[in-house]
Amino acid sequence: MNAVVLQTAARVVMPVMLLLSLVALIRGHNEPGGGFVGGLLAASGFAVHGLAFGVAEARRLLRVDPRSLIGAGLLVGLGSGLPGIFAGEPFMKGLWFTLSIPATTASVKLGTPLLFDIGVYMVVLGITLLMIFALEDARDGDAAHR
Amino acid sequence: MIALALAIFGVLAAAAPLLHRVAARFSGVLFALVSAGVGGMFLSMAPDVVAGDARAEAWPWIAELGISLSFRVDGLALIFALLICFVGGIVLLYASSYLAGNPRIGSFFAILIGFMASMLGLVVADNLILMFIFWELTSVTSFLLIGFGHERPSARRAAVQALLVTGLGGLALLAGVVMLGLAAGTFELSELADAGLPGHGLYVPIAILILIGCFSKSAIFPLHFWLPNAMEAPSPVSALLHSSTMVKAGVYLIARLHPSMGGTALWDDALIIFGGFTMVYAAFVATRQSTLKSVLAYSTVSSLGVLVMLIGLGAAKAAAAYLLAHALFKACLFLVAGTITQVTGEKNPARLHGLFRVMPIVATASLLGALSFAGMFPFAGFVGKELALKAGLAHPEFATAATITTVVGAIFTVMAAIIVGIGPLFGPRLADSGDLPRVSWRQWSGPLLLAILGVMTALVPTVTIQPLVLSAVSSITGAPYPNEVKLQAGELLWPPSSATALSALVLTLGTALYFGRAIYARILRLPSWATGLTADRAYDAAISALGTTSTLATRFIQSGYLHVYVRATLVAMVVLVTPALVRANALELTGQSVSLMDVVVATAIVCCAVAVVFLSHALAAVAVLGGVGFVMALIFVLYGVPDVAMTQFAVETLIVVIFVLVIYHLPRLSRLTSGPRRAMDAVVALGFGLVMGALALIASAQLVADPASTEHAALSVPGGYGRNVINVILVDFRALDTMGEIFVVGIAAIGVYTLLRPPVRSNERTSP
Repeated sequence: MNAVVLQTAARVVMPVMLLLSLVALIRGHNEPGGGFVGGLLAASGFAVHGLAFGVAEARRLLRVDPRSLIGAGLLVGLGSGLPGIFAGEPFMKGLWFTLSIPATTASVKLGTPLLFDIGVYMVVLGITLLMIFALEDARDGDAAHR
Repeated sequence: MIALALAIFGVLAAAAPLLHRVAARFSGVLFALVSAGVGGMFLSMAPDVVAGDARAEAWPWIAELGISLSFRVDGLALIFALLICFVGGIVLLYASSYLAGNPRIGSFFAILIGFMASMLGLVVADNLILMFIFWELTSVTSFLLIGFGHERPSARRAAVQALLVTGLGGLALLAGVVMLGLAAGTFELSELADAGLPGHGLYVPIAILILIGCFSKSAIFPLHFWLPNAMEAPSPVSALLHSSTMVKAGVYLIARLHPSMGGTALWDDALIIFGGFTMVYAAFVATRQSTLKSVLAYSTVSSLGVLVMLIGLGAAKAAAAYLLAHALFKACLFLVAGTITQVTGEKNPARLHGLFRVMPIVATASLLGALSFAGMFPFAGFVGKELALKAGLAHPEFATAATITTVVGAIFTVMAAIIVGIGPLFGPRLADSGDLPRVSWRQWSGPLLLAILGVMTALVPTVTIQPLVLSAVSSITGAPYPNEVKLQAGELLWPPSSATALSALVLTLGTALYFGRAIYARILRLPSWATGLTADRAYDAAISALGTTSTLATRFIQSGYLHVYVRATLVAMVVLVTPALVRANALELTGQSVSLMDVVVATAIVCCAVAVVFLSHALAAVAVLGGVGFVMALIFVLYGVPDVAMTQFAVETLIVVIFVLVIYHLPRLSRLTSGPRRAMDAVVALGFGLVMGALALIASAQLVADPASTEHAALSVPGGYGRNVINVILVDFRALDTMGEIFVVGIAAIGVYTLLRPPVRSNERTSP
């Protein structure tokens, strides 16, 4: 009955959520946000999309298996600790460098903690979607059986 | 160079599957050559070692615990290292033909070479903890090799049994080793001699624990039963692990510790009694077995008993000579038995005959090996047995008992040797032996070489093993070289002594028993207690008792109802925290300023919470519960923690989504619980809320130290280059914690997923 309303809303909400999640991720080091909440926001976007259009559609949109996302996120997190070792510092020591944007005076600070946060983002997105998709699968599967 | 040898095996083990895939035809030869090459490295150390100059290498590891990567090769280590490398090489070559065509042969090689690396590490390690690590690695590789044919339930059982018995023994050993290290003040084996251990207060527990560990590994009664079952492993594995090397690890450690731990009644008598009993008992049981491998297995148990007893008697020379002789002939006979069974398909030695005509070379190896096994002149086994008899006769305390035990054990051993290695060779050809496959050179060359070595070492010991054996003897006794040297078979035979006479008696009686075996079998109907089944059954009983106990415990603790768990957690919390709160007696409600917004928020939370309890429709209850969460997030906003608020909002949203999905499966809430139970739950919930509230008030009123947040906030920008302290803590200051958390959460999610995943329907499972 409400499918049309939900689907229309989901079309708008989904991209906004994803955008918000990226904003939260990137600005997290200085303003409220971070990889954890970013991952949750992105997962909510996909969850709403799944409710509106079905799991298959949401999975297609995600493109990768949530399980791969978890594994990749853990590897990224682990990998972010390695530069510390190569620099002769302890594992997971945060290293920063400044990237100046050409033709402007602005610059961006990049560091291994941001990489680690990206790993966290991926893991959180992966685990949340792994569970939600499995639940939605169970619901759709049951519905198909009736 | 010692560490290099270990590294070569380690790398070879890792590369073995790939190497085998690239060059399947030559992989066995290659592995054998590498193995022999490493053996050559050890051989090159022999002149120094024999001259009394042990090779040592050491790197620091965990210095504050006294653990170092220290290696040392003395006579005893060298003799083992050579056995591992050369017998190992022969076994690898043999296995490449024996297991040819097996799809998992690549991983077989990897595990077998991994075992060789572990075993080598065990004997060359000078640090006790390092030695223990290798010790456990040999147990693990042994488990994998026994369970190699894991499609057979018997192989799985045998593998688990071996792992449990040697693993439990390993635990005892670890406790013993740690106490030993603390008592001696060092974990280096080479420094133990002057530690004065027998006088130490912990000596008795140390000795008992270490002996349990060694007995379990070396299959000494009553921990012997896993070894005959371990014959589930392919024959090459039995030849290397379960006769010539791994099972001798216990003997090795006993010999290694003998100079520092021995000389007391406890240590020596335990070795003599358990070793002697194991020798006779297992030799007797061996003669009553009906497969080639089980005869060999029980006789191996018997030989391990001999070695333990000899060390206890202080007969280091006999022990070293017998150790070497046994490794040579037993590995040979296991490989021969594997070939015989593979070619003829027959396991029972009583049904085998005329093999000399079918496979002359294998039969020759078998004959030579069995003669050495029986202790016939002029083989290595003869030298070992002769020295053992002499040592028994010369012992001041146990001369009679030791001699009788040795003689009886040796008689059964002679019979076992004839049953397994000589009987099957003679007589008429097997009926259908015309079209039996030819035996590959890889399968006969090794056993033949071992058999020939068995003669050479006895006839010309001075150019072969004598220096090695004597050098090992000085390791075992902890004293310099013994002067009198008689390792040559002829010298032991002539001039005759009482040992020679006993030896002749043993051979005669053993042979007589073999020819009278029909009568022997009828007289000695094997009573059930003697077959080793009792220990085996006790093992089964222990395992099933373990299962029953854990089932009962689980049924008691794990009801499976979430409300039971939650109630237990809450009640426990209330019961444990309330006394502390009462004792603190610091509940002050004055001085807390309350704003209008606080009142609004608190009222909203209470209203939502009460509503949840009385709503009977699940979806409505979830929505209102979500309301509680959102209002709580509001608190975080009000008190200036936007990060937490954001996360709370996101989590609440997702929880509602998840609940909506789950609720689909739920019945109406009002039907789930009865009235009285709801009342009880209400009491628990209210009590918990009150306690937590009081706790929060008291805790915030009693700050005893500066909050950690002050330091973190101060360091955030200069140290972490970020103004958001929470994020800086999560991804920089405490990144390792976060790393652990995301791993845990990831694993938990996979667990949830396996529970939620739609079940595989039976027709899908069976269809291809």
